[in-house]
Amino acid sequence: MARTFALFHFACIVGLVFSNGEYRERETVSVTASNGMPWPMPQQYSSTSDTFTINRNAFKFRATGQSCDILSSAFFRYQTIIFGFREEVLKFHPKFKAGSLTELDVNVKNKCDQYPYLGMDESYNLTISSSGATLNSNSVWGALRGIETFSQLVLQRSKDMFTVNGTTIVDYPRFQHRGLLLDTSRHFLDVSIIKQNLLAMSQSKFNVFHWHIVDDQSFPYTSNNFPDMATMGAYDSKHIYTQDQIAEIIEFARILGIRVIPEFDSPGHSQSWGKSIKDLLTKCYSSGKPNGQYGPIDPSLETSYGFLSKFFAEIAKVFPDHYVHLGGDEVNFDCWKSNPNITAFMKQKDFGTDYAKLEEYYMQRLLEIVSGVKKGYMIWQEVVDNGAKISKETIVEIYKNEAYMYHVFLTTLKGYRTVLQACWYLDLIKYGVQWPAFYSCDPHDFFGTAEQKKLVIGGETCMWGEYVDNTNVLSRTWPRASVVAERLWSAQNVKDANAAAPRLEEHRCRMIKRGFPAEAVNGPGYCFQEYSIHEPV
Amino acid sequence: MADHMVVRLTACFFWMFPLALEAKLTYIAIRLPLKGEQAAPGAPWPLPRTWTKSTTRLMVDPTNFRFTSSMTYCDIVTSAFDRYYRILQLEKTSSLSGPEQVMTSLSVDIADKTCPGYPDPNMDESYNLTIGSTSRLTSATVWGALRGLETFSQLIYKEEEGHQLFVNKTQIIDQPRFHYRGIMLDTARHFLPMPILLKNLDAMAYNKFNVFHWHIVDDQSFPYESVEFPTLTEKGAYGPKLIYTQENVKHVIDEARLRGIRVIPEFDTPGHTQSWGKAFRSLLTPCWEDGKPGVAKPNYHGAYEIMDPSRDSTYTFMEKFIGEVVKVFPDQYLHLGMDESYPACWKSSPNITSFMKENNISTYVQLMELYVTKVLDIVERTNKSYVIWQDPIEDGTKAKPDTIVEVWRGNSTVPWQHYMTRIASQGYKTILSSCWYLNYISYGQDWRKYYQCEPQNFTGSADQHSNVIGGEACVWAEYIDGTNILSTLWPRASAVAERLWSSRDVTDVESAKFRLDQQRCRMVRRGIPAKPILDGYCGDYEFGFPESMGIYKQETQEEHPNTSAGSLVWSSSSLTFTLLLILAQKIVRIFYHL
Repeated sequence: MARTFALFHFACIVGLVFSNGEYRERETVSVTASNGMPWPMPQQYSSTSDTFTINRNAFKFRATGQSCDILSSAFFRYQTIIFGFREEVLKFHPKFKAGSLTELDVNVKNKCDQYPYLGMDESYNLTISSSGATLNSNSVWGALRGIETFSQLVLQRSKDMFTVNGTTIVDYPRFQHRGLLLDTSRHFLDVSIIKQNLLAMSQSKFNVFHWHIVDDQSFPYTSNNFPDMATMGAYDSKHIYTQDQIAEIIEFARILGIRVIPEFDSPGHSQSWGKSIKDLLTKCYSSGKPNGQYGPIDPSLETSYGFLSKFFAEIAKVFPDHYVHLGGDEVNFDCWKSNPNITAFMKQKDFGTDYAKLEEYYMQRLLEIVSGVKKGYMIWQEVVDNGAKISKETIVEIYKNEAYMYHVFLTTLKGYRTVLQACWYLDLIKYGVQWPAFYSCDPHDFFGTAEQKKLVIGGETCMWGEYVDNTNVLSRTWPRASVVAERLWSAQNVKDANAAAPRLEEHRCRMIKRGFPAEAVNGPGYCFQEYSIHEPV
Repeated sequence: MADHMVVRLTACFFWMFPLALEAKLTYIAIRLPLKGEQAAPGAPWPLPRTWTKSTTRLMVDPTNFRFTSSMTYCDIVTSAFDRYYRILQLEKTSSLSGPEQVMTSLSVDIADKTCPGYPDPNMDESYNLTIGSTSRLTSATVWGALRGLETFSQLIYKEEEGHQLFVNKTQIIDQPRFHYRGIMLDTARHFLPMPILLKNLDAMAYNKFNVFHWHIVDDQSFPYESVEFPTLTEKGAYGPKLIYTQENVKHVIDEARLRGIRVIPEFDTPGHTQSWGKAFRSLLTPCWEDGKPGVAKPNYHGAYEIMDPSRDSTYTFMEKFIGEVVKVFPDQYLHLGMDESYPACWKSSPNITSFMKENNISTYVQLMELYVTKVLDIVERTNKSYVIWQDPIEDGTKAKPDTIVEVWRGNSTVPWQHYMTRIASQGYKTILSSCWYLNYISYGQDWRKYYQCEPQNFTGSADQHSNVIGGEACVWAEYIDGTNILSTLWPRASAVAERLWSSRDVTDVESAKFRLDQQRCRMVRRGIPAKPILDGYCGDYEFGFPESMGIYKQETQEEHPNTSAGSLVWSSSSLTFTLLLILAQKIVRIFYHL
């Protein structure tokens, strides 16, 4: 009954589809998946009709240059990802059989870094030809990206036989910062879910996990210095991340070439901090008396900064990435306005009635503290919008949906490195084919100088946690997040949603094959293997 | 209501460290506290007709607890006992200690001693439940007992910071407001694997739904394995594995029966039949364009479309096919679709035009009526009744008096009430689905809107209102498959469940949210991935925690004690899928052992 409403921009394809040298009748599906096409699209990609066969029992990855745990674990992982999953056999008549392939030579030039970092070299070249298959990269990170691409080119033809076409790829990311935000405060997400999400991220070449770990609602981070913050601020004792689990997540991400940037949002969004840290939050007043409610962190008290110094000294040690996200968004001034001590402090500091100045004062102090522990930082756009003058080292994240490209323009004009998030809210779900809207948003889509464009270092897609938890976070995130991944990785001119749709369809089915509940985004259709759950026992 | 549990619930509201085991909503806009009445632990969903609570509680010992009944010869009764024993044992409990009386058994007394074959359209689902010094569940039929057992399971709660199960002394007299309380799943636009369908039956039982409307085939695919016409499946399904075999269908019907759920299959004709035409092109009308048959005209019609009402062979086919279907599906009702049959193709065909002339048919509505009447006659000859979508009735087609008409149309300009009035005034029994299209997702708490849709809220006489026999929540599958169906449906469909079961005056959405949150967590506990409706958490379990997977243990877990809870693939898999799970877990283990 609903069909009259469902108008896709993709024509229904009924009939015969050409596929690797054979004709096959396909069904009434809205988008027909491609076969063996990579996602995100490489910068330069060409393939031939020469088909090489791969016997699963004979194939090896071989490191011909530098190697390390990151590379050897990738070899092991992809051996399973390419050859280990349930059969998906495509009919194949080897008309263009050009030989067989027994190994992929992976040649990493430079010694491995221990952790991924902003600006790491992720470029690689991949050649599959009659003289063999070779992956060249400067860094191990490029090798990771290249092996993922290789895994997407290989198709299964029978129980043991796989094929890959002759291919030449020169590839590198368009943006350095390609992130995905998960919120573990509104609802708790299990460690296994976070890991599965990291694995999915690596298969779309994301490289930043922005972990919005705490917020008003709960404080699941278990602090070494302030253990009460979790025991009193988490939902309960099972809804926490221990130091061991956090280390496990960081290690899991490291091996996949993904940076973990934790966000400890303040001075707002910190109600859960106040449950354990006495006098940290501003007391709100009504009719001259504290009314039992609390506002943002109290910027007038030195004890606040004492606490923050100790807290961020710990965070700097726990999270190896150079960057920490400090939040700074949505600070409600009402409580500050009601508090006579704050009023006195404003007077003393000569701020007049401009509470943005008070916020700037707080942020400035916080940034100094974080610089003091040798960390860089990201913040939400408001701090800069409000006119606060902060260090040029700051990375500013644009999240407000109003006039976001204008804000990218303004922020880069002020000389800050900028990350765009505003157009990629995965949690704001809509009925229908929603992904082309994500696909069409481009972080360079503003009039600005080349210098300004260079300051846009990337973007992030976000899954805020009000209505998601373990039950639905993965199916809501994937494959729509992959759409953003292609925007941030591939060349600017890769922007035709109709052309991308068959590849996205294949990517979703590939994710399902690999065990991820990537939901249907293109309308009616099917994957060779559909996602299922465990049979009731 | 001033009992201690309520006090404890409020105490953990904001500043206290909550150590509760029931669901907790956390709301941070402290100047806007949550409206509505908090639900004590063990609040049932949907709300019973009358529910008399006491603050006196009994301890429940899940290991020694027994259901007793004189009807243990009936598989419906024994399998229900088994299911609820397992649910009771989900909670880890310590040995009993406390001053409270121990509840050791529930006597289940069913008046009608026959063990029924299948649930029927007029089954009696009423029951009385007394929890006290002696506890008794009485019902007229097995079906009422099933509903009562579900309610009983929901009354049991675990004490905060404790390890014991309790149930309060309670008196419940309950019966459904509507006979027909359905969930429609569409397995044609995307195939839904069997484990998903079976798990959905569980979720339906937890919410007292009693009809699974199985929109099994459509334009896009024909996954039903036909015995009479195997090529329908071979050519019409998405793939050879993406089908429901006769054995699968029987399995669904059997499992549904054990839960008091009717299975009504829908074989939608004459439109929505592209997939039928893959094997039997002559069933469909050849559409004409440029003077030729079988040519599509973009945006008007396809090459072949809609069953050809002018050929006798169409009806011969339908007679044989329906003859099969009525044997496979035991329910009295069959859904025949009959919706969205647009005449563009018929209009294009000179054959149809001359057929109409020969038979004195002047309009396409009459042509449709001819088809409808003939197919309904075929079904009548099999002694089955039918459900159809509203379209033919709106156009004036007459159907049997016991036809159920399903209203699905309605928008902001012509609301569904308009159609309800029109159809109910013709005397047909009516079910409503217009306001419950759960595939239409949006950000936020859309369950409120489903909760507030009142099926008898239309202009009409008391008689016409009483023609409304229920409603159903529909999930059309354009963007739905195994990855997201359960979390899209639940707990949003639970809102519909309460509307259809509970009294008309149960409308306080603010209070309902507390019980609904409990119900969602209850479902999560029982292995249904019911999505959150507000910020907060589910006591000491969440989906993916090993505790909440209780009923559906991941077999591979025990083989790999090193892997963490839920592991990499947290909700894989049927037997064939187990391989994938093991391999995926291997990947995780590689990381652990670095």
